[in-house]
Amino acid sequence: MSEGLFTQLLDLACGAFLLAAVVVLWRRELAAIVRIFALQGVALAVIALVLGLHEDRWGLIVVAVGIGALRAGLLPYLIRRALRAFVAEQNGGDGGLGRHGGSEEARETQPLVNVAASLLTAAALTLLAYAVASPLVELDPTPATRALPVGLAVVLIGFFVLVTRRRALAQVVGFLLLDNGITATAFLAASGVPLIVELGVSFDVLLAVLVLQVLTLRVREAFGTTDIDDLRELHD
Amino acid sequence: MTPATTALLLTAPAAVPLVMSAAYGLTAFVRHEVPQPQLVEKPRLAKKAVAVGVATGPSPTGKAADAGEPLVESPAPRRHTADWAALASPAVILTCAALLAADRVGGGSVSAYSGLLRADALTVWMLLVVGAVALIACASAPAHLAGERAAGSATAWTVWRYHMLVQAFLGTMCLAVVSANLGVLWVAIEATTVVTAFLVGHRRTRTSVEAAWKYVVICSAGIALAFLGTVLLYYAARQAGIAEAWALDWPTLLARADRLDPAVTRLGITLVVLGYGAKAGLVPLHAWLPDAHSQAPAPVSALMSGVLLSVAFAAILRYRVIADAALGPDFTRVLLAGIALLTLALAAGLLLAQRDYKRMLAYSSMEHMSLVALATAIGSPLALAAALLHIAGHGLAKATAFCGSGQILQLRGTSRIGRVRGLLTQSPWLGALFGLAVVALLGFPPFSLFASELGIARAGFAAGAGLGWATATALALVLIAFAALATRTARMLLGPGEPTGENPSALWPLTLGLVACAALGIAVGPLGDLLTQAAAVLERP
Repeated sequence: MSEGLFTQLLDLACGAFLLAAVVVLWRRELAAIVRIFALQGVALAVIALVLGLHEDRWGLIVVAVGIGALRAGLLPYLIRRALRAFVAEQNGGDGGLGRHGGSEEARETQPLVNVAASLLTAAALTLLAYAVASPLVELDPTPATRALPVGLAVVLIGFFVLVTRRRALAQVVGFLLLDNGITATAFLAASGVPLIVELGVSFDVLLAVLVLQVLTLRVREAFGTTDIDDLRELHD
Repeated sequence: MTPATTALLLTAPAAVPLVMSAAYGLTAFVRHEVPQPQLVEKPRLAKKAVAVGVATGPSPTGKAADAGEPLVESPAPRRHTADWAALASPAVILTCAALLAADRVGGGSVSAYSGLLRADALTVWMLLVVGAVALIACASAPAHLAGERAAGSATAWTVWRYHMLVQAFLGTMCLAVVSANLGVLWVAIEATTVVTAFLVGHRRTRTSVEAAWKYVVICSAGIALAFLGTVLLYYAARQAGIAEAWALDWPTLLARADRLDPAVTRLGITLVVLGYGAKAGLVPLHAWLPDAHSQAPAPVSALMSGVLLSVAFAAILRYRVIADAALGPDFTRVLLAGIALLTLALAAGLLLAQRDYKRMLAYSSMEHMSLVALATAIGSPLALAAALLHIAGHGLAKATAFCGSGQILQLRGTSRIGRVRGLLTQSPWLGALFGLAVVALLGFPPFSLFASELGIARAGFAAGAGLGWATATALALVLIAFAALATRTARMLLGPGEPTGENPSALWPLTLGLVACAALGIAVGPLGDLLTQAAAVLERP
């Protein structure tokens, strides 16, 4: 792969990666958010793939395929499955006329910060990421490390989603955005962490999402809604 | 000692609990006591409704997906040998730690699997603490589970699940302690969050589900920061010319720390301290701690408070050595001292207004972890030895206090301090043991927390003006916490009450914990050398 093509492809993938995070902030429909999250997984896999092809490292290409399968396939599938269960239960449970309609359960009806302010925050967070990452880029300026701030920006946006969204499943997506951002940072900075660590991390993330999925069901069972703001029993 | 024996000693502490966990799961499966897997139902019609983005109108097939586990009734009372089998893991951990301690006389280190697992004096010390606290917690479990069975809130499956998860929890903690690779360390610590989630949410009430949700979200997100920090350190290490296989190896990083880029290392270390600090109960990501500790079953609270916090803090200790070698001691000193004082102020403030005795113990854990953080910030040999002694003493005393609080909860059915009165009259043994555990936590002699707090204060005042002031502030805050803890415990213990015929024989694990804590305070004995060597591991090379 020529140097120019490599840089272009890498920048394109990184751009798509960041854009996906911003679009997650923009949309309110949980189904759409999950779809965009899956697209971001594809972009992440492409970043790893491009790096692997550029450096002729087969190990990295295999990791890219694995990452793609996990982040664009399995994790979105798990979230979508939980989402469907809620909507189905809602429609069947109270004839669709209850206080929490199925559509309400599948939407981020009242995020703590509105869409326009969220998008402005995303811009500010991206600038912050560029400022914070400047020593990282200076250490070894290559096309890959110049894209490093993108990974950090997605980490920050993930945190923002986690803090401001109220639906349990939207928070799960926020956690996964955070994780995608870290994985992207690892790829861009050092072509990924050693294989054993990568395997362990992926396994942990998968388990964490499974645990969160079951907990979402229990929150639903105990509180009658997946609105995390209703979790106010424990305080000092 | 042959390499094979070393490998065995290093593998066993993590592998035996994991095998035990699998064995519990398998037994439950063979006995058909596993409930049907709670598959979420997916009616066809609803699927279509999602596909078009709206879900309006009733769907006839939509049946409420039952997320509940079908209750499997416990068969007639039988001898619960399985509850006692759980003691095998702490025994193995303690034995391996003792053999490893004997093996590496002189303060060296042993490693296995091409450096993936490694034991130095600090590892052995932490393994001993994990083993001792696990022994108390696992030995208290049969009494706790018997109480649950009597109250009808435990089914055969929940008991199996309890054992499975506790054993897996022990295994992952030991893995975190013995791994030399900082990436594997992260994986193990994150795994502790995953396996304990359902232990926190064990009772499935509104409060425990809320605690479990907060616990998983805050800890996972917080510890993700630590992974980002690890990645940045890996980047710095690769740029410093360390090969891929060794760039996350702790001894290698330490040996070449002077070549790491300071700016990148600074960013990485800050993230690591914040991230593992979340798991160690330090500000700013501490909010999960009082909720999780108050909702988990008592033996699990004992494990979480007694060792999980300090295992996470041991990770910070390891990173601190690298940071000091790369950046000089001032950076981590300011960072850790600041975090320690903030945590201490918060814990002391919230202790003053506390009305729930399990939450009171949880805030007391934050208080003690911040003292350990302060000692680490001071960083002199005396301070580090005191920090490690404090970790051990706090583990033993807090495990005892939490196990005692679990029995009080079963006895009185409430965790409100105001509704528990006259405990000493009602059940003198339990009341006395709980009271003594709190006395140990308050830092009275002969318990070892007295010696370690004295050591921290002495080291702090000897370390210069800035740290002297920090230590003085910390002591003032500790005094506030002391007053709050003492008055509340006195309110629980004293007063009139109806004596009940209690059975003190079930309380031997608590007695054991207190005796060990006192023995450690009177004479460190053969552990003294180990403690000095462990502190030496943490000093700047």
